[in-house]
This record gives sequence, structure tokens and C-alpha cells, in this order.
Amino acid sequence: MQINKAERRNKVLAVASSGGHWTQLLRVVPALTSFEIVYLTVLESYRLQVPDNRFYFVNDANRWNKLRLITLAIRVAWIIGKERPDVVVSTGAAPGYFALLFGRLFGARTIWIDSITNIERLSMSGSLVGRHADLWLTQWPHLARPEGPHFGGSVL
Amino acid sequence: MIFVSVGSQAPFDRLIRAVDEWARLRGRADVFAQIAKGAYHPTHMKFTDFVDPSEFKRLAQEAQFIVAHAGMGCIISALELGKPIVVMPRRACFSETRNDHQVAAARHFGEQGRIIVALDEREVPEKLDFALDVRDRDRIDTKASPQLLATIRTFLEVAPGSIGKSQSTELKKVPS
Repeated sequence: MQINKAERRNKVLAVASSGGHWTQLLRVVPALTSFEIVYLTVLESYRLQVPDNRFYFVNDANRWNKLRLITLAIRVAWIIGKERPDVVVSTGAAPGYFALLFGRLFGARTIWIDSITNIERLSMSGSLVGRHADLWLTQWPHLARPEGPHFGGSVL
Repeated sequence: MIFVSVGSQAPFDRLIRAVDEWARLRGRADVFAQIAKGAYHPTHMKFTDFVDPSEFKRLAQEAQFIVAHAGMGCIISALELGKPIVVMPRRACFSETRNDHQVAAARHFGEQGRIIVALDEREVPEKLDFALDVRDRDRIDTKASPQLLATIRTFLEVAPGSIGKSQSTELKKVPS
């Protein structure tokens, strides 16, 4: 069956790991009201906060554990391939990095909002992700650079 | 009731030990701690390893004040509920995090007067004593700043479906 593209609501995949990343993601969701939002995070218990949306969770990982990072990358790639979002937005960290990387490969527009906790320097994933982000944001004016990341407001 | 949380990612025994000692000294029997599988099991506080978001909200709302690591999840939740919060930052030198971002965040929001900061365990007792006299404050909105929401909306509204760095460079010049 053919899907009429014009009638299909644009889809955004909203990605965050736990704690502050997730809290900050929920604070930017009001900017996405015209989209169908699908969530990707790392804790199943977050599902109840977004009961009306499709929801995925994956194992979290960081650079301390390479094997978990690889598993995470594969899982995220599979979800992106299945969902084919028009936009990927993330507030970090590792799952968001992979989501932007694979999202861009699949033709999505990508937004990275580096966590507000990174006051002195960008996060590791936030600096690596710059080349995969169409909109690459820091929440601190003093960390903005002409070539990115840019400052466009904060979650607070 | 006082609610202590170390977040969902890793234990933070330095904080739990310090608050446990304070509860003993002050004879408080109403401190509840979420310890994320810490090796140190408190003897003067009830505790659990993890709480889900609805439980976190209930405990935080019920609490006189919150004690937490300096994670933004805990800090923003406290601001959204209008609850006083005492934070102690995790340190990279003790392998409690991968870098000292929590120290910078704690200092910044502490200087703004939005949170109470104990930079290390020695500062915990005086900051907890201080927090006993702090009242609830106005809740902040649960949305990001209008500027950030506008930045994202503007980016999304322009030519959806087309990709390209040249386009996004244009967009990046927009609001400030």
C-alpha cells in the first residue's frame, strides 16, 4: 500500500539518555508539537511520562565500555532504519550521538542540544557530533563559535 | 521528610555516608535515600536502590527539601517542584563521573542562588542545617526558555524535507 506523503505527519525521533538528558528533552518537546514524536531513551520506567507516544529504550553506554557502545550503535541504527524519522533531536549523550549519526545517513535533519551541565566545555559526544548536526547548539553563549556550536537559548 | 537521591546512573557513597552521619547526629528518623546500588548501606536512613519518575516526584513533593548529586535531572526537577535542594557534585578524581562538569554546574547555579551547594562531604552538615530553614519557592515553568523553543521551531519550519549545511547556516543566524 502506498502512503500519501503529504498526509503523513512529519516524524521526529527524540533521543536522550537518563536523568538530566531526559529532563531537558521533555522541556524542549513543546517546540515539536506539529510532529509525531517517537521517543528513544535508556530506562523503561520513562515510558509512563510519554504514554501517548511510541517509545523505545536501549542499553546506555559510555566510552568506558566499548562493547556496550557497539551494541548501542547497532540498536540505534536498527531503530532509525525502522522509524525513518524526518528529524532527529537529542539532548545527549551516547544514544543521541549515534541517533544523529545514523539519522543523517538516512536523510533526517538533525538537532543536537548540548546539556546545560556542560558549562566549561562541550560534552565529549557534543563535540564529536557537530559534523552530523544540522542545528548544533550549546546552552552557554561563551561556548558558541562561528562554525558551531551555536547559542540559541537554554532549557532553563 | 527529607529525600536524598544520587540519580540513576551510578552510586555516590560519599554523599550517602555524609547525609547518614548528619541524620545520626541530628537524630532524624525521617530521611529517605535512593542510593543506586551503593556499597555503603546507611544505618540511620531508610533506602532503596532506584525510584521511577512518578515515585521520585511523589517523594520530592513530600520532602521538606531534597539532597542530591549535582545532576541536572535532580536540579531541574527540584526547580520545577519549587523545592529547596542541597547538591554535592560528583568528582572525576574519585571516578564518580567522567569529568568535573557537576562542579561547574553546582557553582554556577549556586551563585545564582537557585540551589544550595556543598562542594564536598565536609560542607554537608552545615548546608543541611541551613536548608532546614529554607522555604519552598515558586515553581519554574516545565518548558525550555522561549528563546530555545523559538530557535528549534524556526529551524524546523524552514523548508522541511530539504537537507544541507548551507540552509542550516542561514538558520543559525536567526534568533538571539
